[in-house]
Amino acid sequence: MAGDEKMIASWPLPTTNDHDAPFWQGARRGVVVMEACGSCGKLRFPPRPMCPSCHSRQQQWRELSGRGRIWSFIVPHPPLFPVFNPLAPYNVIVVELEEEPAIRLVGNLVSEPAGPINGVSAETIRIGEPVQAVFVPVTDDVTLIRWIRRR
Amino acid sequence: MIKDKAAIVGIAETAFARRLEASECELASMAILAALEDAGIAPSEVDALSSYTMERTEEIEIAGNLGFGDIRFFSQVGYGGGAGCGTVLHLAMAVASGQAEVAVAWRSRKRGSGPRVWATSAERLYDGYKYTRPYGLVRPADELAVLTRRYMHEFGATREHLANVALTCRRMANNNPRAAMYPKPLTREQYMAARWIAEPLCLYDNCLETDGALACVIVSAERARDCRHRPVYIHAGAQGISAPHPGFMNDYCGTPFRTPSYAAAKALWRGSDFKPDDIKVAQIYDAFTTMVLLSFEAYGFCGRGEGAAFTENGALDPGGRLALNTSGGSLSEAYVHGFNLINEGVRQMRGSSANQVPGADVCLVTSCDDVPTSALILRN
Ligand SMILES: [Zn+2]
Repeated sequence: MAGDEKMIASWPLPTTNDHDAPFWQGARRGVVVMEACGSCGKLRFPPRPMCPSCHSRQQQWRELSGRGRIWSFIVPHPPLFPVFNPLAPYNVIVVELEEEPAIRLVGNLVSEPAGPINGVSAETIRIGEPVQAVFVPVTDDVTLIRWIRRR
Repeated sequence: MIKDKAAIVGIAETAFARRLEASECELASMAILAALEDAGIAPSEVDALSSYTMERTEEIEIAGNLGFGDIRFFSQVGYGGGAGCGTVLHLAMAVASGQAEVAVAWRSRKRGSGPRVWATSAERLYDGYKYTRPYGLVRPADELAVLTRRYMHEFGATREHLANVALTCRRMANNNPRAAMYPKPLTREQYMAARWIAEPLCLYDNCLETDGALACVIVSAERARDCRHRPVYIHAGAQGISAPHPGFMNDYCGTPFRTPSYAAAKALWRGSDFKPDDIKVAQIYDAFTTMVLLSFEAYGFCGRGEGAAFTENGALDPGGRLALNTSGGSLSEAYVHGFNLINEGVRQMRGSSANQVPGADVCLVTSCDDVPTSALILRN
C-alpha cells in the first residue's frame, strides 16, 4: 500500500473495485449479494476474477437470504484504531452464511440496526446463534452489513 | 533436496529492548558484522543476502555499510512473520547449488519504539482488510482471537492450555540473560488476572514489542568444516501456502485450522530423514499462544484438536516430550519476526543454549503459522 495515503482519525471504510462493487452495492440496497461462478454456480468470497473450481471468468451475483449463524466472536480492548477506542469493549462476530457455511462474513452483533457495536453484552453471545443481516448506511457510498439476533 | 549441503556457521544479535537508540539499518549492520565475526569470515567474502519483504534496510545499504564485494544472489521472502525460515532456505539453496559461497540472512526491527503497524489505517481500504477493519477487527491479535474462540469451542481447549505456552516461554527466558523478560517471572495467577487484548486472548498471549536485529551466516557443508564453530547443518527446509490460500487466515472460507503450516510441514518432512518422533526440541513461531497449539498439530506432533492437551504434564520443558522455544521465543525473549527462533535453534545444536536440551541433535524451527510460511530442520 502506498505510504502517502491519508491516515484516518475516522471510521475505516472500503473502496470498491471492478470485482467486488456488486457486493457493496447490494448492501446499499439492503441485500447480501454474493458472487457465484457463471459456469459452475459455486459461491465464492471474497470476490475474485476467476472461479477456483472450474477456472471460468464468468460471474453472476446472487441475492442471499441474509441469514447465518455466529461462527466465532471476540471482544477487542484498547489500544485500537483511535476511532474504536471509545467504543471498546465491543463485539466482533464472524457469521457463517446459511446458503454456504464455508463463507464467513465479519461483522458486529447489534440490538437494532442503528444500535452501537457495544450495545449487546458479549457475555450473552454464543457460537451457533442464528442471526440476520441488517444494513447500516455510514456514508453516501458505503453501507456496512451488521447482524441482529434471529428467532 | 538441500539435505545437509549447507550449514549455519555464524549467528549474532544485538541487544533486545523496548527501545534502542540505533536505527534499523545500524542494528542490521551490527548484527551481520557480529555474525560474520562469529563465523570467522571476512565481510568482503559475502556474496549472497536474504531478508524479509518488510525489511526497510535495503541490500545495497547493508553491502555498502559492511564493505561487501560483489553480490551474486539476493532475495526477500514475503509475508512478514512467515518469512524467517524462508530466508535461510533461500540461501541454503543458493549455496547448495553453487550460486553463492558466503550467505547472510538478517532481520532488523524497531517494533518496540516504532509506530504500531496497526495503530493507523488508510482512510479507505483497498485490500482484504475492507472486509474486517470497518467492523473493528483491526489487529493481528483480533484475527487470532477469532480463531482461538472457535478452536476452544470445537476442541475444548481452555485458557489453561494457552497459559501453559506463555508460562513455558517465560520460564525459558528467565534463564536467558539476553531475553527482554529476563529475569521477570510470570505466574499462572498473573496470567489469569491479566488485562484483555482481544477476548479470549489476554496480554500474555501476545508477543513482546521489541527493538533488535539478528543475523546468521550460511556456507557449504564443505567450507563449514573449517569454520570457528561446529557446523549446524540445514537438514531440510520448506515454504508453504495451504489451500485455500487467504491473505491471513482461512476465516473467510474453507477450513480454518488448516493453516499454511500444514503445507510447509508436508514438504518439510518429505525432505527430511527425521520424523516428528525424532524431534525433542523445537522453536515454534509464537506471536500468539494459539499459533503454537496449531503448529504442534500441523507439524505432526499430535492430531487435529490435540494441540492443547499436548501442552500438559511438562511436555514443553527441557527433557519433556518437546522442549519449546528455549530462548523464551517471541512471547518472552524478543519479537523480531521470529528470527530469534532460528539463532536459538543453532545454539541448541551447538550445545550452548541457556536451556540446553540434553543430547539434542536435531531441532525444528518454524515461522508464522497463519500467513504463507516456512520451516527448517537443523542438525549438528
Ligand atoms: Zn466455476
